[in-house]
Amino acid sequence: MNNGAIIETRDLRKVYRIGQVDVQALRGVDLDVQPGEFLSIVGPSGSGKSTLFHIIGGLTPPTAGEVKVGGQNLAALTDAGRTKLRRRTVGFVFQKFNLLPNLTAYDNIAVARHIAGLGRQPDAQFDEVLRLLGIAGRLDHKPNALSGGEQQRVAIARAIVNHPAILLADEPTGNLDSENSKAVLEVLRDLNQRLGQTILMITHNPEAAAYGHNTVHMRDGRIVDRTSAAP
Amino acid sequence: MRSLLSILLIAVPVTLILTLVGLTQGMLADAQSRQRGAGADIIIRGSQAKALINASGITIPAGMVDLVQRQPHVKLAMGVINDRVEVIMLLTGIDMAKFNQMTGGFTYDQGGPLQGPDDILVDRLYADEHHLQVGQKVSVNSHEWRVAGVIEPGKMARLAVPMATLQDLDAASGKVGQIYVQVDDPADINLVKTQLSALMGGYTINTIDEITAMYNVDQIPAIKPFTVVVAAIGVVIGVTVVWLSMYMVVLQRTREIGILKALGASKPFILGIILIEATLLGVGGTILGIVFSYGAQWLIRALVPASFQMAIVYDWWPRVAVVTLTAAILGALYPGLSAARQDPIEALAYE
Repeated sequence: MNNGAIIETRDLRKVYRIGQVDVQALRGVDLDVQPGEFLSIVGPSGSGKSTLFHIIGGLTPPTAGEVKVGGQNLAALTDAGRTKLRRRTVGFVFQKFNLLPNLTAYDNIAVARHIAGLGRQPDAQFDEVLRLLGIAGRLDHKPNALSGGEQQRVAIARAIVNHPAILLADEPTGNLDSENSKAVLEVLRDLNQRLGQTILMITHNPEAAAYGHNTVHMRDGRIVDRTSAAP
Repeated sequence: MRSLLSILLIAVPVTLILTLVGLTQGMLADAQSRQRGAGADIIIRGSQAKALINASGITIPAGMVDLVQRQPHVKLAMGVINDRVEVIMLLTGIDMAKFNQMTGGFTYDQGGPLQGPDDILVDRLYADEHHLQVGQKVSVNSHEWRVAGVIEPGKMARLAVPMATLQDLDAASGKVGQIYVQVDDPADINLVKTQLSALMGGYTINTIDEITAMYNVDQIPAIKPFTVVVAAIGVVIGVTVVWLSMYMVVLQRTREIGILKALGASKPFILGIILIEATLLGVGGTILGIVFSYGAQWLIRALVPASFQMAIVYDWWPRVAVVTLTAAILGALYPGLSAARQDPIEALAYE
């Protein structure tokens, strides 16, 4: 299990207990993601996309199987270990943006630096990222003064401010109109192409999925297909 | 709004504690300064004397006053009677001539000295509290008096009447409650005290310094435990208010806590945020409680200046701060820990 992949899962399983019932969310997922890859994950609701995302992001431990992210075996990590992983190794972008409503855009980004113990001030190269995201002039505003597209771009800036190895985006365009969706997807593609950012993106939208190099199709807790975008 | 309400609720017990202690200290200091204002060096009380002047009883034969007066180094001996009017307010029977001699006389805001048997002198604070003017009738201890003068406070009596009238009313003709003694030279105070003790076995004889030293919290039964009870109630209120407030915070901010956890915030980090907010509520409550204690003092001065005196007790500020902050931190612990333990996925899904 060492093929240079930044994410590797083998026979990954997750069982949730809801009331008296065990729900098998993942039923043996094998996945390799190479550094610099932009991978889209598609599938119907309940197919296990989000569970896979949560395990790779260290938000929940797997029930069985192996999962390595950036060389770390997540199955062996404690809760504190997974917390550490979330600080520096992965960055999240959510469908609902999930910005802290009382903080300005700048402070939303700074808080991620602060939690990671890197001080509040982003490094000099980050200005380039802010220009790339097109939010450099909107940093003094609170989320409620920003459009959905701007909020999502702030969320992307927050996710990558600590230079994570992997950016995990869960339906990043799910709450956006088509124009803003396109802008956000292009930002993700730019980050991938210019900075070599590894990106895993969950989406329902085939057009959005087409922005990735590869697309993984999930159904009933398994990967049923893997396709590459046309060159 | 929630924070302001919490601060307000935390401030209530702070104000209660500061007012209670302030009243105790203020009233003791007032009584102390009025005793000193009498100008006596030694006070003789009956054998049943308790710590404070107001519980002495009228048991000393008036002839003892003349006996004391004849002792060497005694400049002046004056018999007085103190009847209780309120908890700590006294109606004092005096011999006007001797009182003037010993104290230099009252300063009159209105009217003049006692003349008739039913005359009363009231101090400015009592006059304000009861809206009294010279010439008005006032009932004190079931007797109707005529206000002869309004005096400046500070010289032994808040309410002064002719001693003979009080002796009649108390069925204590020929007796006094205390003898105030002035010596010819302050250096002789202890000498005179020793002489008097030898002469008057069975009486309680104290120098004015000893008497004023008795005006402290330890001499008033139950005041300390009462203060502890109020402080304990303060802790309970503080803990409850902060617990409810921070529980609300954790509920309201579940999603934000989930966001912070997704960003890699550790359990101590989340707990720290909750504790910092609770500490700020505690600090705010303490400051507001202190401000309110000035308000309580203003109200007491405006409404019942003669009955109650409230001091601002600066040395109690750090104590109430410790009580309040302890309560705030205790109250925030459970909500803080439950926030820290929240599952990030569930928290992020919270609507």
